[in-house]
Amino acid sequence: MIVNEQIAIEHGLKNDEYKKICELLNRTPNITELGIFSAMWNEHCSYKSSKLHLKKLPTKGKQVIQGPGENAGVIDIGDNDAIVFKIESHNHPSFIEPYQGAATGVGGIMRDVFTMGARPIANLNSIHFGSPQNKRTKNLLRGVVNGIGGYGNCMGVPTIAGQTSFDSSYNGNILVNAMTLGLVKKNKIFYSKAAGLNKPVIYVGSKTGRDGIHGASMASASFDDKIEEKKPTVQVGDPFTEKLLLEACLELMAGDSIIAIQDMGAAGLTSSSIEMASKGNLGIEINLNKVPCRETKMTPYEIMLSESQERMLIILENGKEDQAKKIFDKWNLDFAVIGKTTKSKKIELYFNEEQVANIPVNTLVENSPMYDRKWKKIKLPKKNKIKKEDLKNLKIISVLKKILSNPNICSKEWIWQQYDHTVMGDTIQKPGGDSGVVRVHGTNKAVAASVDSSAVYCWAHPLTGGKQIVCESFRNLISVGAKPIAITNCLNFGSPENEENMGEFVECIQGIGEAAEYLKYPVVSGNVSFYNQTKNEGIKPTPSIGGVGLIKDYKKMITMDFKEIDNIVLVIGKTEGHIDQSVFARNILDEKNGPPPEINLFNEKNNGETLLKLIDNNLIKSAHDVSLGGIITAIAKMCIKGNKGINVKKPKYLINEMEYLFAEDQGRYIIEINKKDFKKVTDILNKNAVHFDDLGSIKEKELYINDKTKVTIDELRSSNKKWLEEYMSK
Amino acid sequence: MRISVIITLKKDVLDPQGKVIHQTLEGMGFDDINEVRQGKYFEIDTKETDRNKAEAKVEEMCKKLLANLVIENYKIIDSK
Amino acid sequence: MKSSVITFPGSNCDRDIDVALKKFGFKNKMVWHADAEIPKSDLVVLPGGFSYGDYLRCGSMASKSKIMQSVINFANSGGMVIGICNGFQILVETGLVPGVLLRNKYLEFICKNVFIKINNKNNIYFKNIDNDVLEFHIAHNEGNYFCTNDQLKEIEDNEQVAINYCDKNGNIGEQFNPNGSIKNIAGILNKEKNVLGMMPHPERMIDPSLSGEDGSLFFSNLINNLK
Repeated sequence: MIVNEQIAIEHGLKNDEYKKICELLNRTPNITELGIFSAMWNEHCSYKSSKLHLKKLPTKGKQVIQGPGENAGVIDIGDNDAIVFKIESHNHPSFIEPYQGAATGVGGIMRDVFTMGARPIANLNSIHFGSPQNKRTKNLLRGVVNGIGGYGNCMGVPTIAGQTSFDSSYNGNILVNAMTLGLVKKNKIFYSKAAGLNKPVIYVGSKTGRDGIHGASMASASFDDKIEEKKPTVQVGDPFTEKLLLEACLELMAGDSIIAIQDMGAAGLTSSSIEMASKGNLGIEINLNKVPCRETKMTPYEIMLSESQERMLIILENGKEDQAKKIFDKWNLDFAVIGKTTKSKKIELYFNEEQVANIPVNTLVENSPMYDRKWKKIKLPKKNKIKKEDLKNLKIISVLKKILSNPNICSKEWIWQQYDHTVMGDTIQKPGGDSGVVRVHGTNKAVAASVDSSAVYCWAHPLTGGKQIVCESFRNLISVGAKPIAITNCLNFGSPENEENMGEFVECIQGIGEAAEYLKYPVVSGNVSFYNQTKNEGIKPTPSIGGVGLIKDYKKMITMDFKEIDNIVLVIGKTEGHIDQSVFARNILDEKNGPPPEINLFNEKNNGETLLKLIDNNLIKSAHDVSLGGIITAIAKMCIKGNKGINVKKPKYLINEMEYLFAEDQGRYIIEINKKDFKKVTDILNKNAVHFDDLGSIKEKELYINDKTKVTIDELRSSNKKWLEEYMSK
Repeated sequence: MRISVIITLKKDVLDPQGKVIHQTLEGMGFDDINEVRQGKYFEIDTKETDRNKAEAKVEEMCKKLLANLVIENYKIIDSK
Repeated sequence: MKSSVITFPGSNCDRDIDVALKKFGFKNKMVWHADAEIPKSDLVVLPGGFSYGDYLRCGSMASKSKIMQSVINFANSGGMVIGICNGFQILVETGLVPGVLLRNKYLEFICKNVFIKINNKNNIYFKNIDNDVLEFHIAHNEGNYFCTNDQLKEIEDNEQVAINYCDKNGNIGEQFNPNGSIKNIAGILNKEKNVLGMMPHPERMIDPSLSGEDGSLFFSNLINNLK
């Protein structure tokens, strides 16, 4: 096949990109080469629209061992232990085939982590669906949950936390973001940088089939009416083979034969071989006849672009091939020496003794396009004035019940009960809390992790929204007693070619960067998913932030369930009554405009660090951060979890009771303390200039507000629990 | 009419189950196998008495529910 | 006391049960599925997980692996064998215990705490346990125990039902049964009472920081009974 401009465009390349390829090669590429360029230069692999902005994120810190640029980020948690973690999107494939899309998303992120030598110890996910009324939503949700469970459960890695939300902006583009944490010894971390000449290049894992050819290109194009035609590119996951691959890789890694290792993810053999060569400033020569293939008559083009799952590329020390092969034989996995490293700095591919590709590595990587896309700044919307008469007719308890049963706030137990969250025997905080927590096996340490996003805030004002998610992630870790260390981000946006969507991206990043810098909470890994749009309609900007923190003594971990009657409940942080963009405003008052709550980074840091001090002094019985639905929603959840009641008394502020209880001001936590510690706690809070209100004390079984209105905890629990169960059983 | 349908994975789609069953059979001594592919079998007993109509209905069922056309094919193998 | 835990390709609770057995005093060895013989043991455990990916039928392919002949011989000569979750599925596939394990009634994988009532303390596994009701943890997709009416009669006549799903007060009933198993059965014994298959995972309940501690009661009682 003779390549021309038309074929290049069919591969998703732009006219000028194709021209640039011809210039760089000084000739017309053949079809295999064109396929390689299109895979490497698409948005998903090249980050061509995002690179410029991602550079602004803070990525360094005392505990950061590896920042962005590797398979995953790595942080130091002391005693020669390190945590490897990353979040990644699998949005487009999951919309087309929810089960396999979600499953292979989970498989892919786990591979990223164990490629670095770490045993996965926890999975998390952030999933976003269209409106519950949309006719596809239920099946997509069921398929995604089954897919996540099907893969993670089989791998024997606990799924310890997650987030699920619904919004009509995801009707045509659901989001499936999967995150994995792995544990590794600091001196046994593996990287993808090739080194040395004439070193054998090894292919291990599953055979290569025609799965997902051009999957990465699919993730870089928006959906249109021809979605059905895109179906054949979906990959099928095989968690059983991945489990074997995990064990085999870790067994090989225990020795010292590996120079570099890289998983074959998006764009398969193409991106893995090129990334290794590029990082090592070397060339790689591959004989494609040696690649284990599942189908007959596969062409070089198909072999290079296949996205078959559960495969790895390894560069070994010379002479270690037999020893390595033995391990993969034991685990019944394919093993083949397919090539070698060279000094040519080129990717040279051979098939049937003919050269089928010859491309300088730097043309694919350093010379890949980079765009400074046009973007539009988004102004801070004007605040709404809430009319007193709008509030007058509302009954607090019925509003509270409505909020507790809101699809975005209700209990997600139906989902996480389908995930094995206790395998590996170290899960000490299950899903449903502020963060999931697993012990570092055999030690007194524990690692906390959470995943957050606030699309509504980001949509209203991306800069503030970007900051807010980082702060919320920070609070979710602190609420369980963990010191936040670093984050990974999955940036889900519409088309970068649309100025408004690009503006959302740029300003969200700026917000994330500012907050991460201030809180010393650097970004160590992540990915960007653009083109989450159908026709011209993009999703709400949805950066997901995965946060990881450390609890030095796991016995000091905090949970959110109210513990003991007569204990005192305080709210830390000042309540100003910010209602715009709150669940209360959007769902009860039906007011969708206005700015999101302001972020005060000093207060965030100070309030959080002070709470950690209180926790360290064993003064906190339970804690929960205040987020969607405000103080009363947070308290109701603590009551439900602990099966206890409370008598809440609004302090004598000037603001209205409704505003006080449902406002979504930031930087706040609810804490439970013992009566006898009241002075000690308030002294520490005062000394650190942390504002607090005394909300009342814990009672049995009923929630009272200012002595007058009351509701039983059982009623609240059923409001909170039943929405999702009923929705899924209909 | 009683219609029998088999659902199989499309030719180029990975069949993890078939692969492992193959390996196990080999381990048990059945060593001359080229490939194992796993599928599903349905019998649908319908009130429809016209063969063409019944088959058309079942075909619709396959498209809408029984088969996942992203990865599977269906084939009516018997109608009586 | 010596124990052996068999690792099949796809087992994933093998480390968890190893930790539990060692915590309560067993000298445990991990045994690879392709080995021919189990080492000298007082107890053999088939762990939970997804052996062979749960493909074909759960446990079907593991039951044909090389080590299983040795495990079957050990069981037939009176040796103690426990199958937990996927291990239980493997046991029914070998025929060491009667019945089959079907897909959960509600067609969903389920991971949560459940209560079980000990039906029969007339065996080495549950003898001397003070409690009648234990809180255990389950995590499975195919735990819906089923057998023919004839088999059920035989099982009941021989007092082979080991544990049933119940509420925290020990009331057995369908509403406490997470998977639809016949007669709310959570675990059964073979006729000779030396082989136990059960869906719950006692090894996930061995520490106050985890889902609970009733697994500790099970293991500490077990090793005492063996001494």
